Amino acid sequence: MPSHASIKTVAGGMALLLALAAPWLLSPYNLNLLARFLAFSLTAMGLVLLWGEGGVLSLGQGVFFGLGGYALAMHLKLAGLGEGELPDFMQWSGLTELPWWWAMFKSPLVAVIMVILIPMVVAAAFSWAIFRRRIGGVYFALITQAFALAFATLLVSQQGKTGGFNGLTDYQTLFGFNLNLPSTSVALYFITLILVVAAFFGLRWLLSGRFGKLLRASRDGSNRLRFLGYDPAPYKVVAFTVAAVLTSISGALFTLHAGVISPALVGVVPSIEMVIWVAIGGRDSIAGALAGALLVNFAKDKVSTALPELWLYALGCLFILAVTALPGGLAGLFGPDHPFRPSRVGDMFARWRKVRAQEPAITAEDSAA
Amino acid sequence: MTAPMLQLQNIVVDFDGFKAINDLSLTIDSGSMTVVIGPNGAGKSTMCDSIIGRVRPTSGKVLFHGKEIQGMSEHGIVGQGICRKFQTPGVLIALSVIDNLTVAATRDRRWWTSFGHKGEAEARARAEQILHMVGLGARSEELAGNLSHGEKQWLEIGMVVATDAELLLLDEPTAGMGAAESTQTAEIIKTLVGKHAVLVIDHDIDFVSQLGGHVVVLHQGQLLREGTLAEIRADEEVASIYLGRAK
Repeated sequence: MPSHASIKTVAGGMALLLALAAPWLLSPYNLNLLARFLAFSLTAMGLVLLWGEGGVLSLGQGVFFGLGGYALAMHLKLAGLGEGELPDFMQWSGLTELPWWWAMFKSPLVAVIMVILIPMVVAAAFSWAIFRRRIGGVYFALITQAFALAFATLLVSQQGKTGGFNGLTDYQTLFGFNLNLPSTSVALYFITLILVVAAFFGLRWLLSGRFGKLLRASRDGSNRLRFLGYDPAPYKVVAFTVAAVLTSISGALFTLHAGVISPALVGVVPSIEMVIWVAIGGRDSIAGALAGALLVNFAKDKVSTALPELWLYALGCLFILAVTALPGGLAGLFGPDHPFRPSRVGDMFARWRKVRAQEPAITAEDSAA
Repeated sequence: MTAPMLQLQNIVVDFDGFKAINDLSLTIDSGSMTVVIGPNGAGKSTMCDSIIGRVRPTSGKVLFHGKEIQGMSEHGIVGQGICRKFQTPGVLIALSVIDNLTVAATRDRRWWTSFGHKGEAEARARAEQILHMVGLGARSEELAGNLSHGEKQWLEIGMVVATDAELLLLDEPTAGMGAAESTQTAEIIKTLVGKHAVLVIDHDIDFVSQLGGHVVVLHQGQLLREGTLAEIRADEEVASIYLGRAK
């Protein structure tokens, strides 16, 4: 029988081949969806590093998604404009001059650098300030959630500079290429795929070495680590910063594929959804998180077109199922400790029936006594 | 004249009016073996806490080779050469036994070095050596979280030794162990003396007598007596407040 690892390698290789062939297999609409969801998977993989391995739950990844999305969208809004012209929403808001921090995004190079640099600086400074004070767990999650709320509120309130509630949309060109051409879409799809594959192997490398061990150690025993002479904070800061940069790139790519970035995509609810993708896919597994992001979002697309009001309930149920029955997410089913056996699901129900069968007996005795 | 390795000078640790340590002074020499005994609440663990920086003394000084360390960070103090094993075993549960020891044995503990492999082979070799010393050779690849309580205790002793600290503080290394395991632990600890100074906290007088060494009795945050175990046993006052109660 082939080993567990080799089965995984073959499955991964086949998935990659399918992904490479996707532009010829899928309709342009579905290819666009896949590209968006692959962009999301960068966020999910970042959360494996941060949450699964680092034990740090962030409910504010939407902030970094937005930083990347807006940085690129600002460039896209300016790209089609002539000298002295203002983006449409600025004119509607009565602005007469481009703010200086907008103007620098005219350069595509600056925009791409900012997609990486801004989240890196923000995440490193923010997380360092928090982790060196040894704040963690639920407090950290709440702070990040507040951060997401504040960020979305700020974007909405600055109508003239951010496009307000509608966000930034209606882009024409990227680096001189027409965004409406199918060939551009296919090229952007491949760029996304390359980044996803690079992130996958990059994270695997990061987690396989000493850094990964120390990050896991700081998750489970930050005191022990401290009294072995290590400062546990930097490992969490690095994990948070790497996750933030991945999420920012994810937001920038999403903006390209979707043609829009708005406060509704970066606030509290999307930030929580990002965590749910990973909980369902498996927070200890990079491949699991990738699959989780793709599957949950495809399900969202299907369910919310057919029955829009049902989606949040469906998502909630999936989340509860993942947390109670599958703590390792979908990936937990395939882990080395739990080789996939369909009977496991049967075992789960057998246990449940056994417990149920015992319960009435106890109640009967109690009421008799 | 060179300063003694560790000096506690008039340490007071005040927890909101309760003085867990009350004007304690103590000297520990390089390569020595010191056993600290005393009833529950005597301040044994708090004394360790104040040495390794987990608790900041309200007043007094902790001098390591004449240098004040009481204001340093916990990891900074380890860097000076002091490492402690806690009462409840605190191993890194998600790592294998050998990885626990390798993490402890790594000399360069600055975070950015964790991306490379420098010094890894060296640390690993040292970890292998200690793995056998603490008798966990067969459990090398097991996750530390799956070890039995006694094995975790040994692993943590191994980790503390692996840091190569000059002063090892072992807080109740035999907690939860049977008699045979205790004896084995005493054998391990005795091999450390000389190369390291060892300070052991324990309740169990049989274990203390196996260790030998200088005995310090704490009572109500103060140093009550110090001397050889025979001297301490002969002491009326110690017998009435401590040994009498323990037996």
